[in-house]
Amino acid sequence: MNNKKNNLTQAITDGHLPRRDFLKLAGMVGVAGAALSFGFPLNAWAQEGTPKSGGVLRLGLAGGSTSDSLDPGSWSDTFTFVGFSAVYNSLVEIGVDGTATPELAESWEASPDARIWTFKLRQGVQFHNGKTLAAEDVVASIEHHLGEQSTSAAKTVLGDVLAVKAQGEDSVVFELRSGNADFPYVMADYHLVIMPSKDGLADWRAGSGTGGYRIKSFEPGVRMALERNPGYWKPGRAHFDSAELIGISDGAARINALITGEVDVINKVDLKTINLLKLNPNMVIEETKGAQHYTFPMLCDSKEFGDNNIRMAMKHAIDREAMLGSVLRGYGSVGNDHPLQPGHRFLNTTLEQRTYDPDKARFYLRKAGMESLNVRLQASDAAYSGAVDASVLFKEQARAAGINIDVAREPADGFFSNVWNKQPFTTSFWYSSLTADRMFSIGYAKGASWNETHWEHERFNELLNSARGELNEPLRREMYNEMQQLCRDEGGALIPLFANSVAARSKRIAHGPETAPYGELDGLRLIERWWQA
Amino acid sequence: MVKSILLLLVQRLALGLLSLFAVSVIIFLAVGLLPGDIAQAMLGQAATDETVAAFRAQLGLDQPPLMRFMQWIGNFLQGDLGVSLANQREISELVGARLGNTLTLAAMAALVSVPLALLLGMLAALYRNSWFDRALNTSALSAVSFPEFFVAYILIMIFSVKLGWFPSISNLAPDASFAEVFERSVLPVATLSLVVIAQMMRMTRAALINLLASPYIEMARLKGISQARIIFRHALPNALAPIVNVVALNLAYLVVGVVVVEVVFVYPGLGQLLVDSVAKRDIPVVQACSLIFAATYVVLNTLADVLAIASNPRLMHPKG
Repeated sequence: MNNKKNNLTQAITDGHLPRRDFLKLAGMVGVAGAALSFGFPLNAWAQEGTPKSGGVLRLGLAGGSTSDSLDPGSWSDTFTFVGFSAVYNSLVEIGVDGTATPELAESWEASPDARIWTFKLRQGVQFHNGKTLAAEDVVASIEHHLGEQSTSAAKTVLGDVLAVKAQGEDSVVFELRSGNADFPYVMADYHLVIMPSKDGLADWRAGSGTGGYRIKSFEPGVRMALERNPGYWKPGRAHFDSAELIGISDGAARINALITGEVDVINKVDLKTINLLKLNPNMVIEETKGAQHYTFPMLCDSKEFGDNNIRMAMKHAIDREAMLGSVLRGYGSVGNDHPLQPGHRFLNTTLEQRTYDPDKARFYLRKAGMESLNVRLQASDAAYSGAVDASVLFKEQARAAGINIDVAREPADGFFSNVWNKQPFTTSFWYSSLTADRMFSIGYAKGASWNETHWEHERFNELLNSARGELNEPLRREMYNEMQQLCRDEGGALIPLFANSVAARSKRIAHGPETAPYGELDGLRLIERWWQA
Repeated sequence: MVKSILLLLVQRLALGLLSLFAVSVIIFLAVGLLPGDIAQAMLGQAATDETVAAFRAQLGLDQPPLMRFMQWIGNFLQGDLGVSLANQREISELVGARLGNTLTLAAMAALVSVPLALLLGMLAALYRNSWFDRALNTSALSAVSFPEFFVAYILIMIFSVKLGWFPSISNLAPDASFAEVFERSVLPVATLSLVVIAQMMRMTRAALINLLASPYIEMARLKGISQARIIFRHALPNALAPIVNVVALNLAYLVVGVVVVEVVFVYPGLGQLLVDSVAKRDIPVVQACSLIFAATYVVLNTLADVLAIASNPRLMHPKG
């Protein structure tokens, strides 16, 4: 099977694989992937010594709120993401190599137009409440996010799903509106966990999953106590006997808790004091290369930014390197005005990095018939910590190009309901973009509700639709390359920075040689992946 | 005499209920005035028109505000606080545990700070203008001048990071033993005490100094009565009214104003719950917390007035 996979890779790279063969093989890769993922941990961990069982993992996490709930549709920040990733499984898991790996689905298969996807379920998996996983549970769990009644944050992610049906006891069939070659990645979304069904509905109130840990207690925003599920189906995972998540919203309190040994791992390390933390020999800084990026969206349908020359002037008036140093203290990388992060499998490597060039900015201004430009930037730290600072920096940098930015500080409270996506020029961020299609579809497609630049580009939207169902990877790559260029040279998003997620752990805790590239804390799954040193 | 106090109590409680009603109306209107509603706040950047509409319909937010208020107050009068809009949990449950934590912390801080403040105030009055008095005043004023979080961080740096005597965070497990609760509360209690002692101490000192200069105290001195007896028997009872008022004010502060300390020490109290609920526009929870805070003020102020009257013979036995 490994051979077949290699053949497939080869065929794809060469670019002459008939579609039907690809799909037949692709279905098998799912199976091969399953075998690989079980083989993998032993091989990889052999280098660092075998993981030890037992002990407690204590996490001090930012991003918990008293309004957190067991309802997966409401999960919106790290505390719930990390905690519930240990309690539940999804159909698909993102492996440490960043690819879609089978989890509760044993394998999957697509129709030739990538519109019908069939997931074959793993057998004999039990929920914490004793129920055995069946197709009806998967259907109910996905339908939980669909329909008119849905209040789920994942509803847009599943926007393409027309229907989800059980096929026998052990298979689930998804029917999509149009083909989507990345659909397995969609199923790895952290909201799409599999819950037991009760009377045809997903029973989220039970707090019962198939994951490595059971919920012992959950006090929203304060703590979550987990204990190991002795019957966990996934071998080589869930080493700690128990885990405790503590919500610590204050940055200094998190660092104090780590230093004084109250917790073993913290997230969102305050970059202002990170150098002091580095001096401590018992601590290790954990950096996850970021898909998270910061944007200054300019509304393309506003009178200020309707002219692309103005947008190009703005894009040349920002000193990205300086901003990386001062806003992120170097913990990130510079953006190139399109949303794919460095290292993304579809990154257009031929695009030149845009640099700070006040003369060029002036050139574009003159092309728009202006000598100088006055704009108002409505900034808030609701977008990311440091957004207001970044805006003020931008103001200083843009002055050299004859652009006067008036930075208006907006309250964080209600920023995303009242200012963002309504005012011509604001601050914003994106948490992650698992696939190029998803990122472009939700943030840049015509009519998408989060199209924060109101950009409508005919060619771009055409490419987006054809790339989505395109199973021929080289062709797809070509399309994504062009789309990145269009974003960069005609889009409304000024994307100066990609931010790394910075966490810290005590040396009492260890992990494998690699951690997942998406999402902080080993793809949010440190509770089942890490162990006691 | 007892009658007049009872009458006062009844009056005060009736007025208190009226102010609680006013508070609930104001809070309801104020949260309504804030931009956005719970549907938008919960979904945040992930809000779409469809999901927001579905959210509102499910929570009954599409009904007119007056209807919602009447419904809420109707349930409230029957003792039903309702459920949190954000996570459907029973508010009585949500608030109950947190209220317990807040009251525990406030009670411990009060037990430390009130006697200490009174004692120091008396000593300062007795030895007024001495180096002791000056040192005490200077340090109390400095402590109260620093922002709470700064005092808290300094205490954490010394006692938990450097010395390692106490934990830096005060998160309490639901099944924590009393010893553990005590150990984890030392630093927050110390922080709060440092913040509230100054005002109470200075009021005690000022009220006593005023009295110690009066002729009847001089008479007592001339009769050769001991210092302690002069203070406790003759001076303090007459100085009680202003002191009790300041103490009540500070006790109320210990219950309602400690959110900064809660955040720094990760202490799960009511303040954090209120802040989170306002941010999410979770009106029933905001209402419940606000009413608790308002009731604290009403009760403590009434208590202070009653004590002030009871300690003043002229008010206790009014002429005609």
